[in-house]
Amino acid sequence: MMADSLAASENSGPLIELKAVTRRYGSGTAEVTALQGIDVRIEQGDFVAVMGPSGSGKSTCMNILGCLDTPSSGRYRFKGVDVGGLSRDQRALLRRHYLGFVFQGFNLLNRTSALENVELPLIYRGTGARERRQRAGQALAAVGLAGWETHTPAELSGGQQQRVAIARAIVTDPFVLFADEPTGNLDSARSREIMDLLTVFNKDRGLTVVMVTHDPVMAAYARRVIRFRDGYIENEGGREADHVS
Amino acid sequence: MFLETILIALREIRRNVMRSSLTILGIVIGVAAVITMVTVGDGATRQVANEISSLGSNLIDIYPGQSFRGPGGTRSAASKFKIADAEAIEREISGLAGVAPVNGRSAQAIRGNDNWSTLITGSTNAYLKVRNWTLADGRPFNDDELRAGSAVCIIGDTLRKQFFGGQDPLGTVIRLEKISCRIIGVLKPKGQSGFGSDQDDFVLLPLRTVQRRLAGNTDVNSISVSVLDGVSTEKAKADIERLLRQRRQVGEDEEDDFHVRDMQEIVQTLTGTTRLLTTLLGAVAAVSLLVGGIGIMNIMLVSVTERTREIGIRLAIGAMEKQVLMQFLIEAVVLSCFGGIIGILLGIAASAAGAGALKVPFILNVGIIVVSFLFSAGVGVVFGYFPARKAALLDPIEALRHE
Repeated sequence: MMADSLAASENSGPLIELKAVTRRYGSGTAEVTALQGIDVRIEQGDFVAVMGPSGSGKSTCMNILGCLDTPSSGRYRFKGVDVGGLSRDQRALLRRHYLGFVFQGFNLLNRTSALENVELPLIYRGTGARERRQRAGQALAAVGLAGWETHTPAELSGGQQQRVAIARAIVTDPFVLFADEPTGNLDSARSREIMDLLTVFNKDRGLTVVMVTHDPVMAAYARRVIRFRDGYIENEGGREADHVS
Repeated sequence: MFLETILIALREIRRNVMRSSLTILGIVIGVAAVITMVTVGDGATRQVANEISSLGSNLIDIYPGQSFRGPGGTRSAASKFKIADAEAIEREISGLAGVAPVNGRSAQAIRGNDNWSTLITGSTNAYLKVRNWTLADGRPFNDDELRAGSAVCIIGDTLRKQFFGGQDPLGTVIRLEKISCRIIGVLKPKGQSGFGSDQDDFVLLPLRTVQRRLAGNTDVNSISVSVLDGVSTEKAKADIERLLRQRRQVGEDEEDDFHVRDMQEIVQTLTGTTRLLTTLLGAVAAVSLLVGGIGIMNIMLVSVTERTREIGIRLAIGAMEKQVLMQFLIEAVVLSCFGGIIGILLGIAASAAGAGALKVPFILNVGIIVVSFLFSAGVGVVFGYFPARKAALLDPIEALRHE
């Protein structure tokens, strides 16, 4: 039902649109406002880096963009659908079908093979066993891990683990990949590999990437940067010119 | 969706063999205990019933005096039976396999220097039939011996062992108090009775021999009757009561001055006791099954906390609340069912061993196996629900941040 309405709105406006979004935690005198009313537009196929110091509201913004959280006020439209009006389970379905996540700490299931980790979102989608295995294998191959299917996270390097996580995020062919400091736990060589991978997916597949990072070098891979400070967006500028490709 | 959730739950169980086996330990022990208690208990009940029926199936005993369970008083005053009473029962009541008038007493048996205190039973050949005795060797009494009260006897297996060991006792003369008696038959052993006494420790003599030569009277102390298969013991009992009331001239409004006791009553009393014990032991074991269930809940709760991050990942990539709930619930149910199956196998093995050690028959009660399996599955549902709900309601953002 929701999938239909999303498919129908294929060409209506931007992929992601935040309007005057605020997010408050707590109540009364203990109330904290993490987002002071922000506007964000992200078009299909964009590559956005989100930067800003700790507590600036960028994580809160990411949680809302990733449909893990809802705005206190304002409006979030994902492909034209108002996410604020969706239930917890409807947001879960939205994540399942259209969003992929990559985290700083990899967040793979322990003692679970790379293939089974990548299969996980497909299991929740109800994909049949054969197709599941095939697509998971393809996703692992796409991140350069063909032949590592049976290895568990403990048997993989940090860079490899993050690539398994990326494979898990893209195996469902999502519209958007949300990456929360994807290179935060990696050395610079490993970080460049991960960023190259994201760039390839962005360019070749038209995958929209929204990435939080502290590192200007990593942010340079993005087409534009959104900078947060004290719950506001400080500047929003295109970085096409600086892009090192 | 259900199938996927089962798949996920099974993968989680397989991944954590150690935690899973610790979780089900309580259930395993509980189920095994219930099955062992009930199976061994059933075996003991059956054993008691078997032993009593070896005394004689469909057996009715008639004693002068009022029931030992009723208020006493007239017992000593009640007159003994006579042979004619037994003959009248045999003649006038249909559906009887045999009627044996009995006059018994305890006495010393002597052979050479051996001396043995035993029970002397004076009766007819009907006694063998009524009490399910078979001859191992020799012959029953003949009519002449019965009529004349000859000094012949048939001995039980205990006396044979005491006096003769491996020798052939037939034709040998032993002394029973003041009479010398020739052995004409030996009985096959029956072993201990359900009451714990040695059934084989007795000597059978013709009724007249005991009456005339030992007791010095013509009394019959009791009458043993066996009812034909397929004939109601209740009806035979009622017929005998009516006949004896008439013969003994008991008035309309008077109590019987004799009582008729059938084996069914005794079987019920004794098996009732062992059954009660079985129930009690089973109940104690069921409590341990419940404790096992609490153990499951405990470990599932710990495991939800321990797996908070995993739950966060699942929620983030699109697991719905009820899928996470089902995953944990199915994990609990699969674990407890698995525990139930292991417990059943263990219980069957333990009760087979227990039945062997206690020398009671091994009777597998399918009902209790099914019940304890269903109960363990139920324990999984009940005690798995709370932890599963806790997992399903986690906030994915918080859960992903959990260290």
